Amino acid sequence: MKLAFEIAITHLLAKPKQTLVAMLGVTFGIGMFITMMSMMTGLNNFTDELTLRITPHIRMYHDVAMSRETLLDELSPQTMNVVHHQKPKKEQNRLKDGFQIVQFLQKQPEVAAASPRVTTQAFCNYGPVQINANVMGVDIAQENKMFKLSEKIKAGTFDPLLSPNSDAILIGRGLAKKLNILVGDRLNLTTPQGNVFNLKVVGIFAMGIGTYDDVNCYAHIATVQSMLQKDKRYITEISINMLDLEQADEFAQKIQKTFKYKTEDFSTANATIAVGKAFRNILTATVSATLLLVAGFGIYNILNMTILNKMKDIAILKATGFAARDVMAIFMIESVLIGFFGSLLGLLMGFGLSYWIATLPFDAGNVIDLKHLPINFNPLFYVVGIIFGMMTTALAGYFPSRKGGKIDPVRILRG
Amino acid sequence: METVLKASDINKYFYDPVKFQVLKELDFEVKKGEFVSIVGKSGCGKSTLLYILSTMDTDFEGELEINGEKLTKQKQNYLARFRNEHIGFVFQFHYLLPEFTSLQNVMIPALKLGKYSRQEVEERALEKLKLLGVEEQAHKLTSKLSGGQQQRVAIARALINDPTIIMGDEPTGNLDKKNTENVFAIFKELTQTYHQTIIAVTHDQDFAHNSDRIIEMSDGVILKAN
Ligand SMILES: Nc1ncnc2c1ncn2[C@@H]1O[C@H](COP(=O)(O)OP(=O)(O)OP(=O)(O)O)[C@@H](O)[C@H]1O
Ligand SMILES: [Mg+2]
Repeated sequence: MKLAFEIAITHLLAKPKQTLVAMLGVTFGIGMFITMMSMMTGLNNFTDELTLRITPHIRMYHDVAMSRETLLDELSPQTMNVVHHQKPKKEQNRLKDGFQIVQFLQKQPEVAAASPRVTTQAFCNYGPVQINANVMGVDIAQENKMFKLSEKIKAGTFDPLLSPNSDAILIGRGLAKKLNILVGDRLNLTTPQGNVFNLKVVGIFAMGIGTYDDVNCYAHIATVQSMLQKDKRYITEISINMLDLEQADEFAQKIQKTFKYKTEDFSTANATIAVGKAFRNILTATVSATLLLVAGFGIYNILNMTILNKMKDIAILKATGFAARDVMAIFMIESVLIGFFGSLLGLLMGFGLSYWIATLPFDAGNVIDLKHLPINFNPLFYVVGIIFGMMTTALAGYFPSRKGGKIDPVRILRG
Repeated sequence: METVLKASDINKYFYDPVKFQVLKELDFEVKKGEFVSIVGKSGCGKSTLLYILSTMDTDFEGELEINGEKLTKQKQNYLARFRNEHIGFVFQFHYLLPEFTSLQNVMIPALKLGKYSRQEVEERALEKLKLLGVEEQAHKLTSKLSGGQQQRVAIARALINDPTIIMGDEPTGNLDKKNTENVFAIFKELTQTYHQTIIAVTHDQDFAHNSDRIIEMSDGVILKAN
């Protein structure tokens, strides 16, 4: 084996140009694979992260329009009943016993945070202009757990929102800019019912998503309840974050069954993201496979040529006592060496290229906070890359090597 | 003296372009320590016979026995190992590996055999090169050697594993008189002192006449095997 290795190395070094070309084929394939994977999964993660910045894993709300059994079905379940154009019952969209549900959810081991919400539209009066705002009454401590609010506060603090009897409000950076408002200023809000509330701006947040920061405000849940003139138990929505996002779908269905309120999990609510991801994954796989295939063919060709050129050498080796498998081993070692060093260079190229792309400045305007393209430097890609590279070259080398092993020495030596 | 090689009823055909019998009912024995020359006109089948005797060509009819072992119908892997250990071959066109040095060329069959350590193999290889007067070429690539030098390196390679039988297809074809005599002397010593066996195809009358025995071939048959 050691001898086969030495012979293989000598062959490779005797034709450095050819060896290099074969290696660079693999390098290019693996390098592009890693770059593509880093970019695509970087983008996937970024879109996920962007959405998760403002969307909980699960939303639970009272879906008033949720289809229900007809009265007729309830009364005579045995018969076939036809009811045309059934309308929803007139119901309030409150979650009955909402706070108990929240408490129950917070106790579940798989739940990271659960936050009650009640939301109202409001107009901010700014001189003659009226600007639309969305005021969310929340449990700010839970919201902080879910969306890392403390990192998103650009000025002021959300601490006053912890106590129920405050007139504090946290407003989005875009909205603050439109209203030309600073921390400490007071703000008049008019509810759709026509009531006017005067609240104090204690902080300005930025989630980094323009459309979100332009309209949203946070207040204590009690503040919004009183704006809506509702009782202390009125909430319309519960946001839930799981410890593991993957469990959201199953858990959402479970609690929907338990509490009979509509739940919607992240991936269902953001199906377009999943479609985009699937497409990007297919694209990455196709391009990488093509590149590797091309590299594989390159190695196959070069090895075939090498073996054609080395017919005499193979004959001599066989005449002096090398068996078919020994000769095959020599050429397999050559292709695996090409694969290994080619892949290794490919890892470097992949890292270099991804790193370079990650440093390129990228301007997403005011819509999203993004200075550079999101690149995912996952070590797994590098492991997969080198395994792929070695596998492709081993496969590409196998058939020429086997052919080399089968060469009949007498035919060659006879001349 | 015991028999080291026994060939019985050897028939060999070529089918391209037409069926044609190259070797016809060959039957002969070689004793241990014998120095045998095979002579005959060009094209009479000497090389073909030698490839069969060396176990490289297995496509023939008849029986071949070397060192008391029946080699017909043995597996290729087994034969490769057998050649490595028992047969040294000098080709008609002195084939060496061009990307390796003379020393490496001589060492490779010994490293393959694995009987000696690398250090010992190198010493032995240098010794053989010296014996043939090419020790100065030891670290040169064989593609940079003259024809005669290459042939001598090839002979050194054939000797490296102390094979039972050394087969040469015109092993001195490319050598001058002095070197031919040297190789002949080496072969003589190997047979007499070390009881190795030599079977050499040759066109050199003196070489043949000074060997122990001449096998004369003509059109695929042995005329005289005294
Ligand atoms: N592969 C082959 N296919 C068909 N015929 C062949 C083949 N190889 C050799 N021959 C024929 O077989 C005969 C014997 O060839 P061989 O090489 O054994 O001759 P030789 O005695 O060694 O001659 P030389 O002294 O010139 O080396 C020749 O007539 C040759 O043309
Ligand atoms: Mg010949």
